[in-house]
Amino acid sequence: MNILNIEHISKSFDDLCVLKDISFSVSEGEIVSIIGPSGSGKSTLLRCATMLEYVDQGTISYMGQPMCRMGGDGKPLYVKGREEKEMRSRYGLVFQNFNLFPHFSVLKNIMDAPVKVQKRPPEEVKKQAYELLEKMGLQDKADAYPCQLSGGQQQRVSIARALAMQPKILFFDEPTSALDPELTIEILKVIRQLAAEKMTMVIVTHEMNFAKEVSHKMIFMDKGVIVEETTPEELFRSDNERTKRFLGQYALR
Amino acid sequence: MSFLTMLQVMGNGMLKSIGIFLWTLLLSLPLGLVIAVIRQKKLPVVTQIIKIYISLMRGTPLMLQLLVVFFGPFYLFKIRLSDGYRFIAVLIAFVLNYAAYFAEIYRSGIESMPIGQYEAATVLGYSKTQTFLKIILPQVIKRIFPALTNEVITLVKDTSLAFSIAYVEMFTVAKQIAAKETTMLPFVIAGVFYYVFNFLVAFISERIEKKMDYYR
Ligand SMILES: Nc1ncnc2c1ncn2[C@@H]1O[C@H](COP(=O)(O)OP(=O)(O)O)[C@@H](O)[C@H]1O
Ligand SMILES: [Mg+2]
Repeated sequence: MNILNIEHISKSFDDLCVLKDISFSVSEGEIVSIIGPSGSGKSTLLRCATMLEYVDQGTISYMGQPMCRMGGDGKPLYVKGREEKEMRSRYGLVFQNFNLFPHFSVLKNIMDAPVKVQKRPPEEVKKQAYELLEKMGLQDKADAYPCQLSGGQQQRVSIARALAMQPKILFFDEPTSALDPELTIEILKVIRQLAAEKMTMVIVTHEMNFAKEVSHKMIFMDKGVIVEETTPEELFRSDNERTKRFLGQYALR
Repeated sequence: MSFLTMLQVMGNGMLKSIGIFLWTLLLSLPLGLVIAVIRQKKLPVVTQIIKIYISLMRGTPLMLQLLVVFFGPFYLFKIRLSDGYRFIAVLIAFVLNYAAYFAEIYRSGIESMPIGQYEAATVLGYSKTQTFLKIILPQVIKRIFPALTNEVITLVKDTSLAFSIAYVEMFTVAKQIAAKETTMLPFVIAGVFYYVFNFLVAFISERIEKKMDYYR
């Protein structure tokens, strides 16, 4: 069964059509990278998949259960109430600029939502939080505050925070774009480690070599449509003019 | 008249000033927050009413507002209120006035919060109420604390306005004593009282600000 199914979604802001009839799916353990020029709708796509935005058309489902489906009046119907809450715990999102809660310690950033939202026992969550911190190489930072950490450390905390919710799939929106090259390496290492553990992930990135190495599938988006969806090997050998032009910019660097 | 007697005579006014101060804060800080939150919901009519209310409160002197609240019931509706109404009138005027200022401060603080904080909370499944109370409000309070402190210091001095409806007689008494005994001492006593009061407020506010210093 697919973890995520997106079918024919469209999204406009006023009269600007940002996503046009987008469909794709992600199976368990699969790693999908999304690349494309700035403004092509990559962030909007992740935001629609995580209910930060609501689509105008189309259906989205996680593990076969609809998050939104088309109602009789041609408008999408979203899950509500308890179902919505349950749906939100199926995925996590890692932001470009971390968005940690600055007034919470690192430990509280990780523990608060599992305890207060998912109502899991604090002791169990604490144990998991320390395991995650260890995995992120941040054992000694549990009591630190976000402002005392480097960007790379903050991003690792935000990944731990997302993982503490035990999501079935993790989305990354340019997780390294706000970071210096050496801090970027830290984050890529963590994502590789998650890949080795068969975490299902969808990664929007400009790190082409990384995407090529880690993904099972790559999606090239441009102007709100999926231009190509294929294996990394095929994508980098593509005959498509738009793909070639886009990837060419990176080859020059 | 001895210094101690003067203090005793004026002491009543000081206690009343402190009472006005505490009650006003206790009521107007939450009321201001409620107004700011309702305003955020952007309900057309309600927002307009709140806007008019805030601009009236900020655009007219508090002394005038006090007089209107105190004399209004009589002149407008011929209602005679008991003497205890003086304190109620003071509270109504002060709380309405200060809630308006506080609402504006809360609003600026809420609007200054980065959208990413809401988004992170939403993705983690926090409800709207949880997001506001746990994530947004604590950060807003830290951001607006200096502005709140300014307002609170103004409030200390504004409590003296209650003399305009003869609730606090400290100044009347001070004037009488000064005239009878040809001394400035009553004025000095009143001055020292307000100065020390404000000093305490500033001191406490600094302590609280330090307490919130652990994050940026
Ligand atoms: N909330 C919004 N309101 C209006 N326009 C938006 C909004 N969010 C994104 N857009 C527009 O949608 C387009 C795609 O944006 P985005 O999804 O952020 O692209 P990408 O992440 O690929 O750079 C851009 O033209 C952007 O200006
Ligand atoms: Mg983007």
